[in-house]
Amino acid sequence: MQNELKVVSNATCTFCGCVCDDIELTVEGSHITKAKNACVLGKAWFLNHEAGEGPIARIRGKEATVEEAVEEAARILVDAKFPIIYGLSDTTCEAQRVTVAIADWIGASIDTTTSVCHGPSGMAFQGVGEITCSLGEVRNRADLVIFWGSNPAESHPRHWGRYSTMPKGLFVPNGRKDRTVVLVDVRRTKSAPAADIFLQIKPRKDFEVLWMLRALVKGLTINEADLVDTGVTLEQLQNLVEKMKACKFGVLFFGMGLSMTRGKHLNVEAALALARDLNAFTRFYANPMRGHGNVTGADNVVSWQTGYPFGVNLGRGYPRFNPGEFTTTDTLARKEADAAMIIASDPMGNFSQAAREHLGSIPYIALDTKETSTTRAAAVSFTTATYGINVPGTVYRMDDVPIPLRPAFESPYPSDEKILRALEKKVLHLLQAKLQVSN
Amino acid sequence: MNESKFSKEYLEETGVVQICPEDMIRLGLVAGDLVCIRAEQRSIEIPCVAAKEKELPSGLLFMAYGDWSSRLMGSDTHGTGMPNSKGTDVYLSKVCPIKKD
Repeated sequence: MQNELKVVSNATCTFCGCVCDDIELTVEGSHITKAKNACVLGKAWFLNHEAGEGPIARIRGKEATVEEAVEEAARILVDAKFPIIYGLSDTTCEAQRVTVAIADWIGASIDTTTSVCHGPSGMAFQGVGEITCSLGEVRNRADLVIFWGSNPAESHPRHWGRYSTMPKGLFVPNGRKDRTVVLVDVRRTKSAPAADIFLQIKPRKDFEVLWMLRALVKGLTINEADLVDTGVTLEQLQNLVEKMKACKFGVLFFGMGLSMTRGKHLNVEAALALARDLNAFTRFYANPMRGHGNVTGADNVVSWQTGYPFGVNLGRGYPRFNPGEFTTTDTLARKEADAAMIIASDPMGNFSQAAREHLGSIPYIALDTKETSTTRAAAVSFTTATYGINVPGTVYRMDDVPIPLRPAFESPYPSDEKILRALEKKVLHLLQAKLQVSN
Repeated sequence: MNESKFSKEYLEETGVVQICPEDMIRLGLVAGDLVCIRAEQRSIEIPCVAAKEKELPSGLLFMAYGDWSSRLMGSDTHGTGMPNSKGTDVYLSKVCPIKKD
C-alpha cells in the first residue's frame, strides 16, 4: 500500500500565480516521482515535497496535542486587544474563508501577503479601475504582449509557453510569430533575450516613462529633454506607442518592479491609465503578475467577505480598509498589535527589522507546512498539510479564474482549514464564556 | 525554497549581492569578498558576486528578496502597506579583513 503507484492527471501546481492545472503526477506511496508538464519551479515544488516529520503542534517549542495547542491559540487571540491575522496566500480559499470568520469574531485586522506584493496594485484598481481579461483571452487573441517590471522567465516560467507569447491561438494561429513581445525593466534579466523589444529604463523612472507613453498616445508633443535620466529615447517610446495603437489585442503584464518601487500605487495607476487610454484605439488590458499560488484567492475571499482585499480592520464590528494603518508591516513596526496569527507565510524572514522585532516580542500563532523563522519563534505553531499536493480545495489563478486542486496523496498532517475550524470553534466557546462572566 | 528556507541553496541565493562586472573591477572586488551595504541607518555585511554580463548597469545592485535584503528595508510604507524594497539608494564599501600580527 505504501508504495502503490498511481497517476494523477490534471493536477494543479500551486507554486506560482500561473496555477497550471495540466500537470500529470506519478506518485509512489508518499513521493511524487514525475511531474510531467511542470516547469523547473513546478518540478522542484512537486518532486522535493517530503511528507515531513515532527509533531503537528507545538506550544513555545514543546510538542503538544492539537487540542492543547488550539486551546492556547484561542486564548491568545481572545485575550488580545489588537490581534492581527496575516498571510493566507499559500492556502485554499476554504481555509481563507474560515480565517476571515475568526478575524470577525475577535475583531482583528486581517491582512494578506498582497499588502507586501501587489497591495499597491489593489489600491490602483480602486483609483483607476481594473482593465482586465483572462489568460485564455491572451492566449487566443493577444498580438502585443508587454511585461513591465517582471521577469517571467525566472518567476513564472510557463506563463509564456502556456498563456502569453508562445501558444497558437484562435486569432494568432502562428503563435509567437503573430505576437510582438516587449520587456521593460531596470535589469537585463533572463527574460530579455526572448523579447522582441527590450527597454532598459533607469530605476524609479517607471512612472515618468508610463506618463510619457500616455502623453504620446494622446498625441501630445514630447521632447527628448523630457526623457532625460529615464534611460529611454523618444524614438523608442514613439515606436512602442505605434505598436500599441496598431495592435488588435494588447496586454501589459506588470510585476513588482512597479508595486515595490517608490511611487508604488501611482506607478500602477499610470500603467492602468495607459491601458484605459489605449482602448480609444484598440483593445488593451493591464494585468498583475501574481506570485503565490493562491494570493489572488486571498484577495477574492477577503473582498467577498469584507468588501476590501487586504489591510482590513474588524475591531469596530464592521470592516474598515486603510493600507498603511491596518496593514501588517505598519501595525507591527508601530508596535500596535499585541497578538498575531500568521498563516502560510514567513514575515520573520522577509519583513522590515522593526516589524520583525515587534512580532518576536508578542505571542503569535503560526500555521505552515514547513519550519520557517516564523514558526520557530511562534508561541503556538502547527505543521499542516500542503495544499494542492495533500489538500483539495479551490485556488484562484492570477487572472481571477478559480481552479480546483487534485491532491496526490494524503498527509499525516491536518489541513489549514481543519485546524482553523477547530480554532474558530474554541474562539467562540471562549468568547461566550467571557460574555457570561461580564453579564 | 521548496526544500527549506534553511537549505544551503536558499541561504546562498538570498545571502549574496550581485554587482556589475565593471564595478567589481573598479572597486577592486573579487567574488566572495565581503561588502558593507548601508541604507539610511541600516547596514549589512554580505558577500558579493559579479552579475552576468550586461545584466546590471553600473551602479545598480541586485539581491534576491529574503532575510538579508529585508534587513536593508525601512518600515515606512508611505500609506500603502509596502515598504520601498526595490530601487532604494544604498552605499557600498569593501569590508577590509583585520590584519592579525
